[in-house]
Amino acid sequence: MNILLAGVGGQGTVLASKLLAQCALDKGEAVHTAETIGMAQRGGSVVSHVRIGAGAFSPLIPKAAADMLIGFEPSEAVRCLPYLKPNGIVIVSTRGIMPTTGAYNPADMLSYLKTVTDSAVFVDAEDVYRVCGSYRPLNIALLGAAAATGKLGFTVSDLERAMRAQMSAKNAEANLPALALAEALK
Amino acid sequence: MSIRLLMGNGAIAEGALAAGVTVATGYPGTPSTEILETIAKIRDKNVYVEWSVNEKAALEVAAGASYAGHRTLVTMKQVGLNVASDPLMSLAYIGVKGGMVVVVADDPGPISSQTEQDTRTFARYSKLPIFDPASPEEAYAMIRDAFDYSEKYSTPVLFRPTTRLSHANAAIDATDERDVRQPEGFVKDPKWVIFPRLSYAAHKAIEERNPAIGEDFSSYRFNTIEGNTSANGTRLGIATGGVSYAYTREALQILGADCRILKIATPYPFPETLAARFLNEVDTVLVLEELDPVIERELIYLCGKLDKSVKILGKGTRHTITSGENSVETVTEQLASFLNCQLSTVNCQLSPPSLPIRPPVLCAGCPHRASFYAVKKAMHGKKAIFSGDIGCYTLGNAQPLDMVDTCLCMGAGITLAQGLSRAEPDATVFAFVGDSTFFASGMTGVVNAVYNKHDMVLVVLDNRITAMTGGQTHPGIGKTLMNEPVPPLNIPAILTAFGITPRVVNPLDHKAAVAAVNEAAAESGVRAIVFEYPCVNVAKPTGCASVDADKCIACGKCVRELGCPALSIDNGQLTIDNQDEKRRVTIDKSLCTGCGLCAQMCPTGAIAEVSE
Repeated sequence: MNILLAGVGGQGTVLASKLLAQCALDKGEAVHTAETIGMAQRGGSVVSHVRIGAGAFSPLIPKAAADMLIGFEPSEAVRCLPYLKPNGIVIVSTRGIMPTTGAYNPADMLSYLKTVTDSAVFVDAEDVYRVCGSYRPLNIALLGAAAATGKLGFTVSDLERAMRAQMSAKNAEANLPALALAEALK
Repeated sequence: MSIRLLMGNGAIAEGALAAGVTVATGYPGTPSTEILETIAKIRDKNVYVEWSVNEKAALEVAAGASYAGHRTLVTMKQVGLNVASDPLMSLAYIGVKGGMVVVVADDPGPISSQTEQDTRTFARYSKLPIFDPASPEEAYAMIRDAFDYSEKYSTPVLFRPTTRLSHANAAIDATDERDVRQPEGFVKDPKWVIFPRLSYAAHKAIEERNPAIGEDFSSYRFNTIEGNTSANGTRLGIATGGVSYAYTREALQILGADCRILKIATPYPFPETLAARFLNEVDTVLVLEELDPVIERELIYLCGKLDKSVKILGKGTRHTITSGENSVETVTEQLASFLNCQLSTVNCQLSPPSLPIRPPVLCAGCPHRASFYAVKKAMHGKKAIFSGDIGCYTLGNAQPLDMVDTCLCMGAGITLAQGLSRAEPDATVFAFVGDSTFFASGMTGVVNAVYNKHDMVLVVLDNRITAMTGGQTHPGIGKTLMNEPVPPLNIPAILTAFGITPRVVNPLDHKAAVAAVNEAAAESGVRAIVFEYPCVNVAKPTGCASVDADKCIACGKCVRELGCPALSIDNGQLTIDNQDEKRRVTIDKSLCTGCGLCAQMCPTGAIAEVSE
């Protein structure tokens, strides 16, 4: 199982990939992840690669090998589409983050995603803001939505356990409503 | 033992602690930073760890402890090795008593660096053994071997992860047990004092020793020959090392192919006996490695030395890339052609809409933006040169700020400015330097400016942290890596002691900041401004700006001049459904920190700071 997380530096892709890896560890599965750290973290395009199961040598997912693409931002999801397997699943936040090089229209990206995949799941960051009072837990909400597809290999309660292992008790508690969001909106 | 998810850098830290490291030093630099941070987090009380002021200091502190028999670890990025090379070159002659491993993280790409230099080449130059792990799992085991070899041959050794390994995570079975050693202590002996006569003897000993280490490495557990020569009678082989080995295995899996592989984990001294055995089995070799053709040249040399007729393909023959990083894709393509395999291509999808360009930028609320903007406004229309340095503030080179005209290496901005002002006497030359860089290698440059009566404006961007690498402490913070309080070194006081009285200003007070720049620019000699305001990752946001839709005329001045990621016009959605609505500036409230810079420069007063 290869999961690619694509977003903008500062959106919390690193924590999300850590949580997925923790879920895999809890199930006794082999896991490799790779992160973008450094200069690109400052508001640039970032990706996290999560590879679960034996037989993965490269820390990075090869092109056209991702079973799931979790897009934290519409244009970043489209940028990483070449990594998605044919018939792979896309989970994407609909809220655009405007680059300083010029604004773009997120709707163009979302309609493109609709045409090239059958199974795109859209997560509205405004729902996260409404429920949690902040956009920060978007990373957790996206994981919740990925689990809700039933194809992540982990359930919401697996993720909750990982959150309690990896985050402070206070942070985990504050982020739980975001995790439950996808199930609640079903 | 317990299976834990460890980052490559974390694995190196855990492995080093398990091997009994008691002194660890380093200077932050991507992709090496997390090694020392991990040690600081999980160390026992008997382990000493520090962020040294720079890499040279780090190496020397560790060497002193190694002289007394302690196992020591030093960490840095590849360009940090340039700073530490003075002590390292001599230490190679002097040697050590306690095992000493110098971890130098290389950055093929480069992803976050000034150069693509290859530490394996530095190993040959300094005549020091080097270890080149292929995965986080291997790094965990190999770091212990590195200490053992260091002690066996009484020499510091280099250990070289690359970005993709340092920042990859793997489930690793790591022990909590620590080797306990009883260091002998420092024993006085003339051998610790470098002198020309001693150096000659040491050099001779090194030249005799290194072939022996190469021989030792021929049976080292991570130098291997594996895989099968192809069934169709062609005698093809692959030679590889580091993360390229992982790419090779993945590519062979994708291609459904097999091949004889020579995996080199110790590029210097080269394991010639093992390599000779491999060369006996093949007619043609493709070398897959990143940066310099190190393995490639060793094999070509060995073919000449042993009079073997084996074709060595790689960078020299342009079968592989000579710069940038490898990937599964590049390696798969090269192997498909080398092994004559069919490479299935993925069908092209509908062509995507044009994607926005998203380069790294200064964060919303970053005080550096305000500092650059103040200097830019003050110097508008005047002849000025802006010399930059290494840190987050290098990003001030991007549009629309465009305030970094030069950037070379740590600390160079200050001294470059001095040369520039001699050559361009009618220009006002500014040198921007961050607080951590000021301590690392900026101070001597300021002394040079004062002593030699240069003409420049030093601008210290003091954001109270080493920001670019993720928030490390430094001598100005008041806290060590082990979380001990220490009196902070005060930059304005240091400058005053140098004979320069700086203007100390909050850059978020735009008027005061511009006034300070104007005053400094009007003077001559060495002048200094210290812009003090903490990094947004240190200070809590003070609030969030809001736009009065009635007052905003969508002139776009804030968006156009500040380049703040929290500002855009209509959030990019003008073209969909709000075309008839009045255009206005939008603040992304997930990013805005309430720094108030946009509010101060808005010509219609449409932006207000709303405190939380």
